[in-house]
Amino acid sequence: MQEALTTTFLVGLITATLRVATPLVYAAIGEVFTERAGILNLGIEGIMFLGAFVGFATAYTADQAGMAGYLWIGLFSAIIAGILMGFLMAFFSVTLGVNQHVSGLGITLLCTGLSLFGFRLVFGERAVLPSIDPFPQLSLFEGIPVLGDIFSQYLLTYVAFLVLVPLSWWLLFRTSLGLNIRAVGENPEAVDAAGLSVFRTRYLVLALGGGLMAIGGAFLSLAQLGAFTPGIIAGRGWVCIALVIFARWQPVRAMLGALLFGGVFALQLRLQTMGFELPFEIFLALPYLVTIAALALASRHVSYPGAYLKPYRRE
Amino acid sequence: MHGISKHFGLVLANDQVDFTLRKGEIHALLGENGAGKTTLMRILYGLYQADEGEIKVQDQPVVISSPKDAIRHGIGMVSQHFALAAPLTVTENIILGTTSGLNLNMEHAERSVREASTHYGIQIDPVATIRDLSVGQRQRVEILKALYRDATVLVLDEPTAVLTPQEVEQLFISLVGLKEQGFSVVFISHKLHEVMAITDHVTVLRLGRVVGEVPTKDTSPNELARMMVGRSTFGVTNKPEDNGPHQEGLVLDRVTALDNKGLPALREVSLIVRAGEILGLAGVSGNGQTELAEVLAGTRPVTHGRVKVFEQDVTDFDAQAMMAAGVGRIPEDSRANIIGQMTVAQNMVIERLDQFSSRGYLDRRAIRRYAQELIKEYQIKAFPEDHMRTLSGGNLQKVVLARVLAQKPRVLMVAQPTRGLDVAATEYVRSKLLEQRSEGAAILLISEDLDEIMQLSDTIAVIYEGSIMAVMPASDATPEGLGLLMAGVQQT
Amino acid sequence: MRLQIDKLPAPLWMRSLIPVVSVVVTFLLTSGFVLAVGANPVEAAYYFLLDPLSNPVRLIEVLVKATPLLMTGAAVAFAFAGGYWNIGVEGQLYMGATAATAIGLQMHDFPAWVALPLMVVAGFLAGMAWAVLPAFMKVRLKIDEVVTTLLLNYVAIYLVGAILNGPWRDPISQWPQSPEIAASAIFPRLIPRSRLHLGFILALVIIVVLWFVLSRTSFGLKMRAVGFNLDAAYFSGIHVNRVIMTVALISGGIGGLAGASEVAGIHFHLIDAISPGYGYTGIIIATLGSLNALGVAAAALFIGLIDTGSQTVSRALGVPAYLGDVLQATLLLVTLAMLLLQRYRISLRRKGSPQTE
Repeated sequence: MQEALTTTFLVGLITATLRVATPLVYAAIGEVFTERAGILNLGIEGIMFLGAFVGFATAYTADQAGMAGYLWIGLFSAIIAGILMGFLMAFFSVTLGVNQHVSGLGITLLCTGLSLFGFRLVFGERAVLPSIDPFPQLSLFEGIPVLGDIFSQYLLTYVAFLVLVPLSWWLLFRTSLGLNIRAVGENPEAVDAAGLSVFRTRYLVLALGGGLMAIGGAFLSLAQLGAFTPGIIAGRGWVCIALVIFARWQPVRAMLGALLFGGVFALQLRLQTMGFELPFEIFLALPYLVTIAALALASRHVSYPGAYLKPYRRE
Repeated sequence: MHGISKHFGLVLANDQVDFTLRKGEIHALLGENGAGKTTLMRILYGLYQADEGEIKVQDQPVVISSPKDAIRHGIGMVSQHFALAAPLTVTENIILGTTSGLNLNMEHAERSVREASTHYGIQIDPVATIRDLSVGQRQRVEILKALYRDATVLVLDEPTAVLTPQEVEQLFISLVGLKEQGFSVVFISHKLHEVMAITDHVTVLRLGRVVGEVPTKDTSPNELARMMVGRSTFGVTNKPEDNGPHQEGLVLDRVTALDNKGLPALREVSLIVRAGEILGLAGVSGNGQTELAEVLAGTRPVTHGRVKVFEQDVTDFDAQAMMAAGVGRIPEDSRANIIGQMTVAQNMVIERLDQFSSRGYLDRRAIRRYAQELIKEYQIKAFPEDHMRTLSGGNLQKVVLARVLAQKPRVLMVAQPTRGLDVAATEYVRSKLLEQRSEGAAILLISEDLDEIMQLSDTIAVIYEGSIMAVMPASDATPEGLGLLMAGVQQT
Repeated sequence: MRLQIDKLPAPLWMRSLIPVVSVVVTFLLTSGFVLAVGANPVEAAYYFLLDPLSNPVRLIEVLVKATPLLMTGAAVAFAFAGGYWNIGVEGQLYMGATAATAIGLQMHDFPAWVALPLMVVAGFLAGMAWAVLPAFMKVRLKIDEVVTTLLLNYVAIYLVGAILNGPWRDPISQWPQSPEIAASAIFPRLIPRSRLHLGFILALVIIVVLWFVLSRTSFGLKMRAVGFNLDAAYFSGIHVNRVIMTVALISGGIGGLAGASEVAGIHFHLIDAISPGYGYTGIIIATLGSLNALGVAAAALFIGLIDTGSQTVSRALGVPAYLGDVLQATLLLVTLAMLLLQRYRISLRRKGSPQTE
């Protein structure tokens, strides 16, 4: 118990928090954009899963073929896969205008099925899980205590917190595109009457969101694990849906939510080793319960975007 | 616009319509609800595509396949339900779609909006959020939005429906000003006196066809009315004489309530409606009428005050209890308050399923019989198994009326009963209300339509920002006086 | 000549073709995957659709596989019809299975007529209990039920894992599976020496009850009103919160029943893989079945057919069994698209003058 308050523990916790939060930052920001335009993308879990698989499978294959930069090829392929799935979701929810809950879940089921099928196809049945050397960690402050440890993260983590979050904020609130997106989510008629294409904006955010979600998934297989397992995402996509509501559709708050989940997750990992007489599964369930609690406490009377869940048609 | 035709499914909304707008004129597009006016203009603005016909701007044939094209040709439209994004600011709404490139310089944008506002003489605050603006102000934003895009043709769809008489005057002044600057205006309306007052030319549509096109100075309201509906007068209902004082049917005693955001919506509202009387509540929409209707419907709680129905205290009764106490409720937006995907019969009984089921099991035959009876009695053009959403506005309102009046209510709460209905349906609804009045019901009529209030009411009250400004016998009321009260001007 | 699309309902003959067309389109779309393994798509289709019907043993297996699907499909359809997006059937199933196992392990000294009803009731109540929190959060706190029900799925699975690795770890094999339940608690076989068990009858009963409630009771009408238009239902005096709560709890209970049925009828232990996603498949079934009892039954049987076929496909053609999952998800999406088409009438019209679209 003494360990709990030592610097080592805290530093380790913070470092781990940043790492665990990374995929959530990507995916949650992707969903922020999507929901800001009025669409709920429940395909998030599946797209993260697909991103993880496609990233890994491509990287592995490229590695086996002796290509340098196989990790980047994997990441790039994952992004393409995510964008394509984003387009598919757009086709159903924007062009066809079907129920978004069902089409999103359908896409999750499709991506999950495709990934598991693809894994069997590419790797067959193996006793040992295939793996690759993952992305390296970059140490920014080598040798300096505390900072040196905390700032030993993957490039994707630095990009997430230092580039993606501020960039998303700027894009959403300081650009014409961001204005379009926000207007589409509040009142698509206003956007249509102004001469802009509601469809095009929604397709764009879904593609962008899909790509980001895929990066979130690929991070897990290409950086954190260097492998792909069926339990690799384990509901993080759904957590992101909760986080986006909790964040009131703002990128910075979404990042904070991701850090909260990441923190609880990193904490429970450490708590497991501390000799509590509880089965490890209880610890694993903790982050999900905390997410539910966060929703209960902080999400009453939230104003959803005005056109949320409503497909647009010129009546 | 020449030879424009447009189908929606089996309905012919526009039938070989010709419409010509000259530069610098205010041209009225007149017709009753459902005549095809909005459809025609939405075709002009690129929201719909015509099945046949062509459009020419300055004698050049043009293709308008989306609002982008319309804007390019200098056409701007202000629709009835404003196309504004409520949580965004005035500037953000106005510049939407006009900025190119990525970067958005808000200060620059605000400045240019301010300049446009002064230039065109349309006063608004660039940094205000739409949500905080009144209806009249929002309309000004919409007009400026069109002008900001260099529109030379302005289409206004029923612009006065939501304005006080004074705001209407303001609008007319602005429009005349724009006309003098060389702009051309299409003024869609079904209100004859406004058309006579401000327009230069009138095109009358009836059932999708052009039935007349005259310069305004060469015609009269009677002639226009005849073109609009085939009769020279319409909408005049004869109110039978009232005899003697009656019992207090509906009493609101200092009723106070909050709106959905927790802000005060009703402030100590006190009203008395007697049996056999219609009390008309006038006011611009958004001043508490919706909340008042909900209190009486049993869907909104009261924070202070009491509500009584014929001596019975019904304060904070829920919907079922209100109905049991004899309150009939005609909601503000019938289409939103019925279940479109369910049948006519189901909608007719949904408020009182217990009467049609025993121990939870539905008596479908009884439901069907009941529906058939009501359809016959109220001449509803529908079958019991028809889905509600396929019904026309008029028939839908008849269903709502039928299910309420069949219960012989002692008190009727009626909100915006004829909004969006054609003349025949409007007359029907109003005659039914007068019938209920003769039978001794106490009727609270909440309406934005001053004409309707003045025609039907025995007593008139005005609501402004949740408070009752005045209550007076109908004979003492004038449109101007009511208009001032509606705008919050307390008369000394 | 050009295509004219009007917003009128499509003719009946077109609408009844939709399921058939959806299936055909789905198989066409997924044939690429079959080819990728070097197998013949037509053969695969045969194994998926026709082979399971070809002999009694396989046919029975279809019914066995359909048993939990009928129940989860009904659970989801019931919830969706009431406007409640219960995505947590998977977790409710797990909890139902756990409760049934708990009872089952205690039934060694009790006869079947005591044990079986207790198992069923326990499963129902546990599923219901697992549905309370999201329902409460929706009704009281106005928090969307989609995420809450989803997240609880994971909590349920972890909980079961904890129990199986702890107090219920089989002392003999040391695998994460519970000890076997009492013989009296095992669902009797409907056909001797087959896998078809009482759960199938239970599932059929649930389908009939679903049909009855939705189409013949006043509650059914009320909940459908809530599902279609919550504001209108509230205006009509329906106690919306009460309806939502009831719908959520019953849906959870049915999900729990599915879990109890799997334990009592198939596995006889609680295992951590008690459900390979039946709860999520239930969503596919509910949608394919257009939220009505007959449709759900047909869809569940069809998915049961595909599930049975996928095992043969993998054995005979070497195609990974996951193709079945891909098929089902594709079928869902294709059906969604097709269902939309039935709202439009497509006809050919003469082209008009230059300015028309």
